[in-house]
Amino acid sequence: ANFRHVDEDFFDDLEDMLIESDVGYDMAMKLSDELREEVKLQNAKSKQDVSNVIIEKMVELYDEAGQDENPDLTMAKEGPTVIMFVGVNGAGKTTTIGKMAALFKKQGKKVLLAAADTFRAGATEQLDVWAKRDGVDIVTGPENGDPAAVVFDAVKRAKEENYDVLFVDTAGRLQNKVNLMNELAKMKRILTREIPDAPHEVLLVLDATTGQNALNQAKLFKESTDVTGIVLTKLDGTARGGIVLAIRNELHLPVKYVGLGEKVDDLQKFDAGDFVYGLFKGLVEVD
Amino acid sequence: MAFEGLTDRLQKAMEKLRRKPKVTEADLRETMREIRLALLEADVNFKVVKDFVKTVREKAAGAEVLKGLNPAQQIVKIVNDELTKLMGEEAVPLNKAPHIPTVIMMVGLQGAGKTTTAGKLALRLKNENNARPMFIAADVYRPAAITQLQQVADQIDVPVFEKGIDVDPVEIVREGMEVAKQNHNDYVIIDTAGRLQIDEQLMDELANIKELVKPNEILLVIDSMTGQNAVNTAQGFDNKLDITGVVLTKLDGDTRGGAAMSIRAVTGKPIKFVGEGEKMEDLDVFHPDRMASRILGM
Ligand SMILES: Nc1nc2c(ncn2[C@@H]2O[C@H](COP(=O)(O)OP(=O)(O)OP(=O)(O)O)[C@@H](O)[C@H]2O)c(=O)[nH]1
Ligand SMILES: Nc1nc2c(ncn2[C@@H]2O[C@H](COP(=O)(O)OP(=O)(O)OP(=O)(O)O)[C@@H](O)[C@H]2O)c(=O)[nH]1
Ligand SMILES: [K+]
Ligand SMILES: [Mg+2]
Ligand SMILES: [Mg+2]
Repeated sequence: ANFRHVDEDFFDDLEDMLIESDVGYDMAMKLSDELREEVKLQNAKSKQDVSNVIIEKMVELYDEAGQDENPDLTMAKEGPTVIMFVGVNGAGKTTTIGKMAALFKKQGKKVLLAAADTFRAGATEQLDVWAKRDGVDIVTGPENGDPAAVVFDAVKRAKEENYDVLFVDTAGRLQNKVNLMNELAKMKRILTREIPDAPHEVLLVLDATTGQNALNQAKLFKESTDVTGIVLTKLDGTARGGIVLAIRNELHLPVKYVGLGEKVDDLQKFDAGDFVYGLFKGLVEVD
Repeated sequence: MAFEGLTDRLQKAMEKLRRKPKVTEADLRETMREIRLALLEADVNFKVVKDFVKTVREKAAGAEVLKGLNPAQQIVKIVNDELTKLMGEEAVPLNKAPHIPTVIMMVGLQGAGKTTTAGKLALRLKNENNARPMFIAADVYRPAAITQLQQVADQIDVPVFEKGIDVDPVEIVREGMEVAKQNHNDYVIIDTAGRLQIDEQLMDELANIKELVKPNEILLVIDSMTGQNAVNTAQGFDNKLDITGVVLTKLDGDTRGGAAMSIRAVTGKPIKFVGEGEKMEDLDVFHPDRMASRILGM
């Protein structure tokens, strides 16, 4: 939708675009009201001005929801940093670990992976391919073995052999499966028992194509494992991942990284400006 | 759960109108708004919602009160009927080739559930038709994709044809079909790599496989948690491949699954199966009425 004048049609299109980005109805209304106000306030008239005002305001709204938080990954003061990955089936946990481990390895860190998905067919082998690609070490367990045992072995080894970073891969699970969520909480407790301030990050991996259910995912994973941040994957597709705005608004969880493909380099730090621009691509213009 | 079912929404909105004999214009407007919201919350695509609400509005405008139904219930009934109609016929069976083997090709976005569903389908065919299926491992991209398929196949005792990851998938499929013919397998299920519908090169690869083997079924596997983007995905795969059916996965979760409605609306292709868990037994035939109720939160 191109526009010459900023009229009601423009804001109708904006609402549709927000909804189409999976922001959710309530959030779309809230945002478009605030953006309408801001455009009036700043007396923006030209296409260019309105675009800028909208992008700036959206980024401001995003930042507002998370004062005093660490946009980056929290690292251990000393000893191994432990990063645990959680999320529903097929979201991109294992792949994200493969990408992120490469990042740390490149920085000269000593990296260990824990293959604590002993459940899904080929899950351990999948992580093992990444370990080899990245040139990092991995702890595995028997197929259908106890994932908590893998976590225990891995954290022990990370401590004893002075690893800098331990990534814990877990099996995908839907948030309404109480037993599986308890199992996840148990794995987290094992980490904490071995290293009191671990895990330093619990990253919820969220598929950008997910709709309103993502809000439930964030809520329930946060309840069981105290999630510290989100990795939004598959943003290289046509989905925009707008639901993270609602998650941000309700649960104050920041997006820390975004996945942009299946290759090792397809991981970037989250940039609110880029993200917001992606939401409105086609409606607004940015200089 | 923040979401309200449509019935609750409408009952609340129309509490005061219970005793009215006829639905008025103002009631209609309020009601249509509630329907629109309920469907959007269920992740039905907003354009699909617009069209649907228009249809319902037209039907509701003329409707007289039915015996024993208040206006809210009456509109819920219209919505439910329309939605069930849109969802298609009950349990559309798998296509079958006149001469064996019947070829089924699994396609879809990354992580949707293709490999798992391939296993579930093979088990179902074995149990119900005494079939002798074979898998072709045509995903050479995802790390350990072949191992995953192999492990799935071992669980249900089905052979896998594979050529590793250094052979072109089209060639793998060609050779696999030869082997299936030699071994008189009556079903061949091709597991392909996940891909974006906008990835031209990989979509061409699927088109080439289709051209080569002329599958009897091209099943688009879609995650039921998908949001507004379900229409783009479904349209992209359908335009390129003229899919024959859809499998909706991960319905054992708490998603409302509005994607089902979006997919039906834009492709008109039947949803044949639903995935309801990670185990090989967790596959059910699609029930349009259940899906309609689920989307509406009833
Ligand atoms: N296009 C795209 N594909 C991705 C991205 N991240 C992961 N994938 C793909 O998505 C699929 C699932 O990724 P996995 O890493 O196996 O997901 P997971 O969460 O570990 O899955 P489970 O362990 O089965 O729950 C794979 O085919 C990945 O290659 C991304 O950012 N973009
Ligand atoms: N809960 C649940 N999980 C499912 C269902 N179907 C598949 N999964 C899980 O979803 C994840 C992805 O499934 P896959 O079969 O690997 O998906 P795929 O489409 O083959 O993935 P790629 O080959 O990477 O594109 C795995 O963790 C499966 O166990 C289902 O119906 N319910
Ligand atoms: K998915
Ligand atoms: Mg995994
Ligand atoms: Mg697969």
